[in-house]
Amino acid sequence: MDLTEGTFQEKNARAKKMMLWFGIISLFMSFAGLTSAVIVSKSRPDWLNDFQLPSAFIVSTVVIVLSSISFILAKRALKQDNRSLATLFLCLTFVLGVVFIYSQFLGFSQIIGLGYNFTGPTSNVTMSFVYIIAAAHIAHVVAGLLSILVVIYNHFKQKYSSKEMLGVELSATFWHFVDILWIFLFLFLNYIG
Amino acid sequence: MSAHADTHAHDDHGHHHKETFVTKYIFSMDHKMIAKQYLITGTIMGIIGIVMSLMFRMQIAWPEEPNVLFEALLGKWAPNGVMDADIYLALVTIHGTIMVFFVLTAGLSGTFSNLLIPLQIGARDMASGFLNMVSYWLFFLSSVIMVLSLFVEAGPAAAGWTIYPPLSALPMAQGGSGAGMTLWLVAMAIFIASSLLGSLNYVVTVINLRTKGMSMTRLPLTIWAFFVTAIIGIISFPVLLSAALLLIMDRSFGTSFFLSDIFIQGEVLHYQGGSPVLFEHLFWFLGHPEVYIVLLPALGITSEIISTNSRKPIFGYRAMVVSILAIAFLSTIVWGHHMFVSGMNPFLGSVFTFTTLLIAIPSAVKAFNYITTLWKGNLQMNPAMLFSIGLVSTFITGGLTGIILGDSALDINVHDTYFVVAHFHLVMGISALYGMFAGIYHWYPKMFGRMMNKNLGYIHFWITAICAYGVFFPMHFIGMAGLPRRYYTNSNFPLFDDLANVNVVITVFALIGGAFQLVFLYNFFSSMFFGKKAEQNPWKSNTLEWTTPVEHVHGNWPGEIPHVHRWAYDYSKPGHEADFVPQNVPLMDGEEELQH
Repeated sequence: MDLTEGTFQEKNARAKKMMLWFGIISLFMSFAGLTSAVIVSKSRPDWLNDFQLPSAFIVSTVVIVLSSISFILAKRALKQDNRSLATLFLCLTFVLGVVFIYSQFLGFSQIIGLGYNFTGPTSNVTMSFVYIIAAAHIAHVVAGLLSILVVIYNHFKQKYSSKEMLGVELSATFWHFVDILWIFLFLFLNYIG
Repeated sequence: MSAHADTHAHDDHGHHHKETFVTKYIFSMDHKMIAKQYLITGTIMGIIGIVMSLMFRMQIAWPEEPNVLFEALLGKWAPNGVMDADIYLALVTIHGTIMVFFVLTAGLSGTFSNLLIPLQIGARDMASGFLNMVSYWLFFLSSVIMVLSLFVEAGPAAAGWTIYPPLSALPMAQGGSGAGMTLWLVAMAIFIASSLLGSLNYVVTVINLRTKGMSMTRLPLTIWAFFVTAIIGIISFPVLLSAALLLIMDRSFGTSFFLSDIFIQGEVLHYQGGSPVLFEHLFWFLGHPEVYIVLLPALGITSEIISTNSRKPIFGYRAMVVSILAIAFLSTIVWGHHMFVSGMNPFLGSVFTFTTLLIAIPSAVKAFNYITTLWKGNLQMNPAMLFSIGLVSTFITGGLTGIILGDSALDINVHDTYFVVAHFHLVMGISALYGMFAGIYHWYPKMFGRMMNKNLGYIHFWITAICAYGVFFPMHFIGMAGLPRRYYTNSNFPLFDDLANVNVVITVFALIGGAFQLVFLYNFFSSMFFGKKAEQNPWKSNTLEWTTPVEHVHGNWPGEIPHVHRWAYDYSKPGHEADFVPQNVPLMDGEEELQH
């Protein structure tokens, strides 16, 4: 594909989509920094080698995968110009996102129940890492939820159709990134951390 | 692209709404104006950074002697004109921070990536003018916060520009560890956001907005350098942000990521088990690529200027591109060479030695290609060319000591001495500064429509070049003699008494070199108003920016964007009347495209 071809508008739309992808690389690198810190810290004498992630994190993993599927279905409905179905799935995605965050906080409560606070004398660095990585991820989920709210608002304003999908696609790409990122973090913390 | 579609897009791009003073000069979305904003902010930060260095150089040369300048500038930090030890450390810290990030990252990349990417690839503007504007204003905000941190009562950050814990992690560790350090972290977090927004824009603009015919292999080397620099930024800056996040948690929320059992003034703190070495790993994963974020744009600028002013094609275009890519890749796997004495496993040290020494290969390719481009060229010795040749010189002298420092067995002996200071100042500080000066002299007519004074430029170059070597060359020797860096005074150590005179010589060179930057500043600002009016293509250069009108127009070209038919380095090509053939000139019948 010759990227020098195309009108100004075509080139610019392509550039903005690509900007999101490079932004995702950059966000991923910030998490790579945190996970590398976990790997380096594993040699600490006070590292907990036999800790288990709270069961609520398994629930949240399932929930966020479902939310991604729901977003895919919303996009498909929009492509078929089925507006009411799209509304349903967009709202479902949003609700599942909120449930995900709730379930993460439930997980934090379970960790506190085990006796590990985030900080202070009752904390442990292994759990501090779990807290901070999950919290940093939640910050990204919140950003994703805000983008879904914008999409829902624009959808009610009838801005999208099978021909005009850019906003939905950008939001969906980001949401899937947040989803895949959590699966990676979950597996990482479970098996490597 | 049809002329119609293009003109239409141009109109869409903002010609129909009227510009006010605020939208044109302050919250501008035009890349050319944003470039100038970056340049002027970077210059102001540069003045602050250089004045700081002159002050601590005076302290090193004449330790603990009263100085009226200290009294005037430092106030309570210089009782009776004698510099306080805490402020000495703060000056060193903030000098490093300002020069590395605010001058040579934002000032250099921000100025020339913004100015040249759209102009040289044939685009109306950046992919997102809005994000570009946000990027500049975040940079401005972070600059203001960094400067304000100088006025904190307990003093600005003083943990060194690398802000290693525990000095940076315990607010009570020293004066500068409190509010000064907090402001440092806030300023840098905003700076990183600014830098990322800028980099995202540069990368997608280069990939997507090139004009017809501007294939990647026809891109000027400036653009290749800016492009790869932005990619390194996207990959490495977020890791520093993560490190800063963990540091803030340790500082303010009591976690123990970087802190282990520690006593302060007899009190046992609750931290346990953490290690500052983890911070060093995370910091240098950005810190080393940062060296190339600083240097690559300067190398790109130099390629362009040396080829233009030698009136010869750049030697080894493809080798230059591959070298830039190789340097970028290698820069991400060498950070351990900053940590050879941190207790690192010697085997790991040897791995980092190996990857570090590999960088010598692409660097040598670049130095070789610069020299072979100059070889038998019709050299036009204008100030931009002089600074570019100056860069090649400092890149080689500074680079050679890199081979010594990159080798763990040798590095251990000169670690944390002035030998290191000499090395990195020459190879990245002075080289990048020369690149920036070269760029300013070369593209000044493009930015301001007027020419800078050549004679003042010559004076500026020669005095700067002599003083830069006068400052940094002797540092190699006092470093090999064992003089440690960052010491407030060396007079307490009889061991170093013999080196005192060398330090005086260094400081005198620094003061003269610093003073002669005023010649540049005078030239820079007065030429904006009184300089000779520039012609459209004053250096008879091939790249597209010289096909735009001298007076800036929004959207860069008043009509259709020119199409590109050849690479950027057709200088002195046989068969052509002039000794340059701009990129938008179609190939003649039977003409072969010379490149690579």
